[in-house]
Amino acid sequence: MQFKSMVLSNVEVSPSYFRMRMTAPPTIGVSCPGQFVMVKVNPAIDPLLRRPFGVFDLGTFETEFTDCGRQTYLEILYKVVGKGTAMLSTLHQGDHLDILGPLGKGFTLGDPAGEKLLVGGGVGLAPLYYLAKELVKESRVHLFAGGRNKEDILCITEFDRLGVETYVATDDGTLGAQGLVTEVLEQHLSRAGANATIYACGPTPMLKAVAFLADKYGIACQVSLEGYMACGVGACLGCVVQGKDHSEATPDYRCVCKDGPVFDQTDLLWS
Amino acid sequence: MTQPNLSVDIAGITLRNPVMTASGTFGYGSEFAPYLDLEKIGAIITKGLSLKPKAGNPTPRIVETPGGMLNAIGLQNVGIDTFIGEKVPYLRKISTPVIVNLYGNSLEEYGELAGRLDGIAEVAGIEVNISCPNVKQGGIVFGTDPKAAFEVVDLVRRNTGKPMIVKLSPNVTDVVVMAKSCVDAGADALSLINTLTGMAIDLKSRRPILANITGGLSGPAIKPVALRMVWQVARAVTVPVIGIGGIMTAVDALEFILAGATAVQIGTANFLDPSAAETIAAGIETYLVENGIADIRELIGALKTDR
Ligand SMILES: Cc1cc2nc3c(=O)[nH]c(=O)nc-3n(C[C@H](O)[C@H](O)[C@H](O)COP(=O)(O)OP(=O)(O)OC[C@H]3O[C@@H](n4cnc5c(N)ncnc54)[C@H](O)[C@@H]3O)c2cc1C
Ligand SMILES: Cc1cc2nc3c(=O)[nH]c(=O)nc-3n(C[C@H](O)[C@H](O)[C@H](O)COP(=O)(O)O)c2cc1C
Ligand code: FES
Repeated sequence: MQFKSMVLSNVEVSPSYFRMRMTAPPTIGVSCPGQFVMVKVNPAIDPLLRRPFGVFDLGTFETEFTDCGRQTYLEILYKVVGKGTAMLSTLHQGDHLDILGPLGKGFTLGDPAGEKLLVGGGVGLAPLYYLAKELVKESRVHLFAGGRNKEDILCITEFDRLGVETYVATDDGTLGAQGLVTEVLEQHLSRAGANATIYACGPTPMLKAVAFLADKYGIACQVSLEGYMACGVGACLGCVVQGKDHSEATPDYRCVCKDGPVFDQTDLLWS
Repeated sequence: MTQPNLSVDIAGITLRNPVMTASGTFGYGSEFAPYLDLEKIGAIITKGLSLKPKAGNPTPRIVETPGGMLNAIGLQNVGIDTFIGEKVPYLRKISTPVIVNLYGNSLEEYGELAGRLDGIAEVAGIEVNISCPNVKQGGIVFGTDPKAAFEVVDLVRRNTGKPMIVKLSPNVTDVVVMAKSCVDAGADALSLINTLTGMAIDLKSRRPILANITGGLSGPAIKPVALRMVWQVARAVTVPVIGIGGIMTAVDALEFILAGATAVQIGTANFLDPSAAETIAAGIETYLVENGIADIRELIGALKTDR
């Protein structure tokens, strides 16, 4: 759906990382974790295109301003990396945004009996929070969060509060173990049950390493990818990634926006 | 005042209004059905189709530039067999005319593709994209050489009885020469412009941003160039001209119509607002009502150039 939204709050949670809460229509509630929204940061032609962001959280809060007394909200967690995100970071409560979404295919929750292993690198944590919120209702959930330093490790207390067991690794050791998050993950994988599932989102090299481990330990793994997007609805073919059967003669391109952003690791060509 | 007439005729195809969606920016129509009423736009032009499925270019394929975007999708598409099997059944359900944009990597491919589409009732007409390299002849782009363009259009003409629009490339010295050549070869209408070749560089990595190095510029940044070319071509040919390039609003569309366009196509704007085409069509109608204009055709080419 396409809707007008009002900013409710926009808070810097760590240097250059912001968490923005905005209004959403009640019907948005049908979305599943891992989907994303396309945000037009202003009505002008600069920046021109919408910017994609994962759904960090969805919920309702009590208010006297709606008929039913509850207002639906949508949250995104974003890092300022360029023009669009810099503009987003200057918005205040009461400012308006045009939003398209929720879009794409999200995570599959799967067998609740299996252990759920969430792996997030930096701002890749964004779609994992809403996922964790759903998963903790029925399953045991672990989070492996990685980043360059402690400032890249976001919203860990929120995950703690959900009852998620969290493990942290940073390149410089300023928080958690020093090293790669995949090293911490591997220690855990060696004793994880066969019905466990990995859910990963983060930079491509991290996802590649996670996919490799998933193969090595024979554990199901869903990854959430990024791509350069223009339309977000499968029309422009800008965001594609190579599927497992891809070759020049038999092209197998998948749209991150429509076929993803969440893919089963085994459906992708990782080379 | 009674409802103004928005309907126009392009090469024998009657459009309920002059707003079409541009090839490559609107998929096969179905992608946008959740966001707008497909029955409220003039025509749908589908993604560039080739005989065989085409892989397209490596990524990154798109990058935003000031007021526009560069794309180097590489004409990725499903190929005609899948198009017929999977896309045509959906198109059958809508009454809006569907025009198929096509291209070939050789002269023969253009001819064969046009011939195969000729038999498909759901296809209201074809739009021939001549901004492609002729792989068999050293990659020279059909649409930048008047003789090569004539040959392509002439061959397609002999393979189809459908209304034929030829889509012109702006990457030429004189667009009027190209336009005349295509009309001489049998084009029923001309559409312009396709994207302007450009590039973007990342200083940090000292690399081009697009994997393909160069890409096609579209969006508001190209509108003045497109307007100028539409104006030049519309004055020089007798067939209808379709204006394309950076149209974001009804005002933009009306400017193209004044410059001589019988209809317009909405491209990049679909990405910013998936309901753009419907909004623009409605905006044109509002303009006619507010200005007491009974028929959109009164505005076609009505530009005043005297001072
Ligand atoms: C499905 C999806 C979900 C996303 N979710 C989030 C999220 O929850 N939080 C978040 O902070 N970011 C997310 N991103 C990335 C986010 O969309 C980009 O960071 C944002 O578009 C950058 O906009 P900008 O104008 O600030 O940067 P620009 O000025 O456009 O670019 C600045 C830099 O960012 C890079 N960049 C731009 N767009 C992308 C992109 N789509 N993917 C990768 N790199 C890009 C450019 O190469 C450039 O180096 C997501 C991307 C996708 C595709
Ligand atoms: C992502 C993208 C894909 C395109 N694909 C095609 C195509 O397959 N065939 C074609 O003739 N034009 C293609 N075009 C060009 C558009 O149809 C249009 O001519 C151009 O974008 C200028 O219009 P605009 O500024 O309104 O976008 C494409 C443009 C974009 C942005
Ligand atoms: S963003 Fe356009 S196809 Fe995915």
